[in-house]
Amino acid sequence: MSDLDLVGAEEVVIDAIINGRRVNRRVPARQHLADFLRQDLELTGTHLGCEHGICGACTVLLDGRAVRSCLMLAAQISGKSVDTVEGMSANGKLAELQRAFIRHNAAQCGFCSSGILLTAYELITAGEVMSRADIREFMSGNLCRCTGYHAIIDAIASVMESPKPETGA
Amino acid sequence: MKARNFRYIRPHSLDHTYRILQNEGAEAIPVAGGQSLLPGLNMRLSAPKLLVDLGDLQELTSIAHTDREVRLGALTRHCDLLRSKIVREKLPLLKQAAAHIGHVAIRNRGTLGGSLAYADPAAELPACSVALDAILVLGGLAGEREVRAEDFFKGLFETDLRPGELILAVRFPLPEKKATVGFAELARRHGDFSLVGLAAVAALEDAKITQARLVYFGCNDHAKLARTVSQVVTGVRLPLADNTAFEKAVEQDLQPYDTPGLRADTRIHMAKVLTRRVLNSLPGGQSA
Repeated sequence: MSDLDLVGAEEVVIDAIINGRRVNRRVPARQHLADFLRQDLELTGTHLGCEHGICGACTVLLDGRAVRSCLMLAAQISGKSVDTVEGMSANGKLAELQRAFIRHNAAQCGFCSSGILLTAYELITAGEVMSRADIREFMSGNLCRCTGYHAIIDAIASVMESPKPETGA
Repeated sequence: MKARNFRYIRPHSLDHTYRILQNEGAEAIPVAGGQSLLPGLNMRLSAPKLLVDLGDLQELTSIAHTDREVRLGALTRHCDLLRSKIVREKLPLLKQAAAHIGHVAIRNRGTLGGSLAYADPAAELPACSVALDAILVLGGLAGEREVRAEDFFKGLFETDLRPGELILAVRFPLPEKKATVGFAELARRHGDFSLVGLAAVAALEDAKITQARLVYFGCNDHAKLARTVSQVVTGVRLPLADNTAFEKAVEQDLQPYDTPGLRADTRIHMAKVLTRRVLNSLPGGQSA
């Protein structure tokens, strides 16, 4: 037990799955996940607004759940899987959301869109049909400074309500 | 802004964690969900030398119950409070409160233990733990000890935690069968930190309050039982009318500060409004 590390290190080796691909990197301990995604992996679809957890622009999925990538360290994702907007369209569900956003004109400047899409993705994959008020509450942590909220909720509700092909309903 | 440089370590056992904390002293900060700590690091409000990530300590994640209590591990996340069947059925106050903590992405990371250890005076869970008369299980190299929530919160961001100690779990005694709970908070936008909030546990008979534990948050420098209000409303038949003795009691129990944008007397007024709102909407409170 005497050789147990008690002091830690300013650089940490991480081994994680990002957008379905294994990533093994050395990162500074102080680097937050959003900077790691944008600067080291050049996944610039994740946007940084406030950098202290208020705006929601940097939302990504950690093991399938929406989290703020500015409020996590890159060092903390080791052993976990992270999905960003870049990696999410291949499976069809996000693409469906993205099409709905275009259909409903739910993006104006687009800065908040990637965070909003990923938060909505957690909502859609939960598989529940929710009231408009509940969708608004679920999405309330993502700010849109163009204030296009109605169109955004319309787009999400349309995907939620559309019958799933596999059920044939 | 970006965080200052620090070292990082993610221990795999409690004992290892205790030894790290002892070795590093006050320069080390444990991080659980990090939803208060990380903003503080990004804004350079705090600059620890070492961050000790508790994320791998599986022994802190369990939710268990007996017929007397529910024991929640310190790493129980706010989203777990919303989803857990045990919490929903046995501790509805915590479920109601969790819905008010931040937003989805914050609740997916933030933890019960983290919220209690941070002891923000405007936070929901410290108030709920006092209202429910919870017992905190603390651990360190010297062993484990238990502290009542009421004695745990000492002041503004100040707790009974000793250097090198962690919150391991929180034991919530099951309220009596007749007990009912109420919760409400006022914030400028939903999900913001509350301006004023109230967590209440009460027993009712025929719309008459026979027991009450009321804890306000956002109104004092730390979570504490509002003794006078709790006493004054005991014996009162609902609905609570205006201008009754409880209003004086609220003024006595709460010591809010003036803050930019909100005067202390406005907070007191809001606390009175919330008291009526919460008590009058208790299940069984309208039968009179």
